[in-house]
Amino acid sequence: MQKMGQEKRFQIFGNIVMIIITLAAIIPLILLAISSFTDNDALIRNGYSFVPEKWSTYAYEYIFTSGNAVVHAYMISFLLTAIGTLCGLTITTLLAYALSKKFLPGRGVLTFLVFFTMLFNGGLVPTYINYTTVFGLKNTFFALLIPGLLMNAFNIMMMKSYFVTGVPEEIMEAAYIDGATEFQAFFRIALPLAKPIIATIGLFIGIGYWNDWMNGYIYLTKRTDLYSIQNLLNRMIQNIQFLSTNSGTIANANVGLANIPSVSVRMAMAVVGVLPIIVIYPFIQNNFVKGITLGGVKG
Amino acid sequence: MAKKVYKEQMSPAKKKSLMKRSIPIYIMALPGLIYLFINNYMPMPGIVLAFKNYKAKDGIYGSAWAGFKNFKYLFSTQDAFVITRNTICYNLVFIVVNLIFAVGVAIILSELTSKAKKLYQSVILLPYLLSAVIVSYLVFAFLSPENGFVNNTILRGRDPISWYQEKKYWPFILVFVNLWKGIGYNCIIYLSTIIGFDRGLYEAAAIDGATKWQQITKITLPLLRPTVIMLTLMAVGRIFYSDFGLFYQVPQNSGALLSVTNTIDTYVYRGLLELGDITMSAAAGVYQSLVGFVLVLAANLAVKKIDPESALF
Repeated sequence: MQKMGQEKRFQIFGNIVMIIITLAAIIPLILLAISSFTDNDALIRNGYSFVPEKWSTYAYEYIFTSGNAVVHAYMISFLLTAIGTLCGLTITTLLAYALSKKFLPGRGVLTFLVFFTMLFNGGLVPTYINYTTVFGLKNTFFALLIPGLLMNAFNIMMMKSYFVTGVPEEIMEAAYIDGATEFQAFFRIALPLAKPIIATIGLFIGIGYWNDWMNGYIYLTKRTDLYSIQNLLNRMIQNIQFLSTNSGTIANANVGLANIPSVSVRMAMAVVGVLPIIVIYPFIQNNFVKGITLGGVKG
Repeated sequence: MAKKVYKEQMSPAKKKSLMKRSIPIYIMALPGLIYLFINNYMPMPGIVLAFKNYKAKDGIYGSAWAGFKNFKYLFSTQDAFVITRNTICYNLVFIVVNLIFAVGVAIILSELTSKAKKLYQSVILLPYLLSAVIVSYLVFAFLSPENGFVNNTILRGRDPISWYQEKKYWPFILVFVNLWKGIGYNCIIYLSTIIGFDRGLYEAAAIDGATKWQQITKITLPLLRPTVIMLTLMAVGRIFYSDFGLFYQVPQNSGALLSVTNTIDTYVYRGLLELGDITMSAAAGVYQSLVGFVLVLAANLAVKKIDPESALF
């Protein structure tokens, strides 16, 4: 009887702790969402609040009707994520598959070349100079697509070990005996068997693209029309910060402020920016957790 | 038996066609290798830039050598100390705080019987998927001096705080934001490890009259020790690297906060793109790459000593 009481107490305590942590995780997003539906004047009077004085959908109307940069940046983000995930997943899968072939001469060297990039890198400065001077990536769409995000050693290693353990050599050999070429064996046998890991890695790459703001921030100095939604959000908050710290020194602050969306529009834009992640989250969650478990055991 | 016969049959043919079979595989590997070359290997020799007097028109390799002058200059400034201290100290605090919370949450989740368990786990992982820009908006919604929730609601009637100008709060804010963003992710591996433990141990302990607390401290924690050591060592290996988004984006690049938010990564970025001090930035980058490299190797060596299976190489 005493034991039952103890178990019950633990369950109550555990649930309370988890409810607090769960609320802490979600509350900032709730504040963001409520603020975006709050009347702008009410926001200026009361600040961002969980209980708005007056509700309003003005912010969303503004975003989607005034023909401003938000919709455009949104399209760029979707396009970038789609192209990036497709290309990144393709080259990652192909290289990982090649490295999983035990008979391949030079496999050890190639694996090391991939692996070494996890240990050492040239750093931001040489990378930046390489992409801007050698490849002229500055102010092009490729600047969003190529630097850093297409493929990384971590994903390759994870996928390679999946091919090694999840696609039995015997099945592949049997296919060759039946006269299949390497490409046929890859597409008809290895690829279908590797579907779970492909989904997981695709997810990692896709989220990486959707969330990236650094490439645009570093390489798009003039072509703000190529800004992804993250870059647009970033510029917006920087402008606000700039004005609020320098408003005393700017002679005609009103001119500057008029160009900046009102307090609620800012939050509505951020909501629009996270929305795709929130919408797909329930569907990708299990796969994502599986991927972290796979990768975490052996970094 | 069948397998052996099959192997003997295949062996000579296999050798003959080895090259023929390998060519398609090399072709498959090629796009990835080209990308690796462009993205990772081409910039690597560029680290010599730190030993040069860089002139844009002469390029990295055409500029005159400067020896260790850039490094001497870097380390004679206060900056080198500040960025090293910030990078290492924040990482150490992150490691400890994240560990305590991740293990705690993992243990609670593993013991809970309610259906809500799944919901808790889903929700606490969500912040991990948000971009640094979004996180900075969320922080801004709370801390904005004019419109923020904290100044307007929590501190209503009292003196508002200019959060983005006051250094003393930021170490706490950054540790909190880092914990908030990472807790769901960090507890996943511990949770999956705990779930793998033999439940029989707990049942036997319960029969012997062990309390829940005793089960946790005498069974769960000791069994979890190897995982904790491994993940901590790996984190220590990355101690010279920082999350650029967290330190640059969340404090909104505020100059007043630099002494508590500047890390090696943000310093390198600012040197390159905001101050135009490329050589200094390159020197700091090389400092990070080299020390980082040594630390990763050392951490891996330590892991290998404890558990060869978990080592990276």
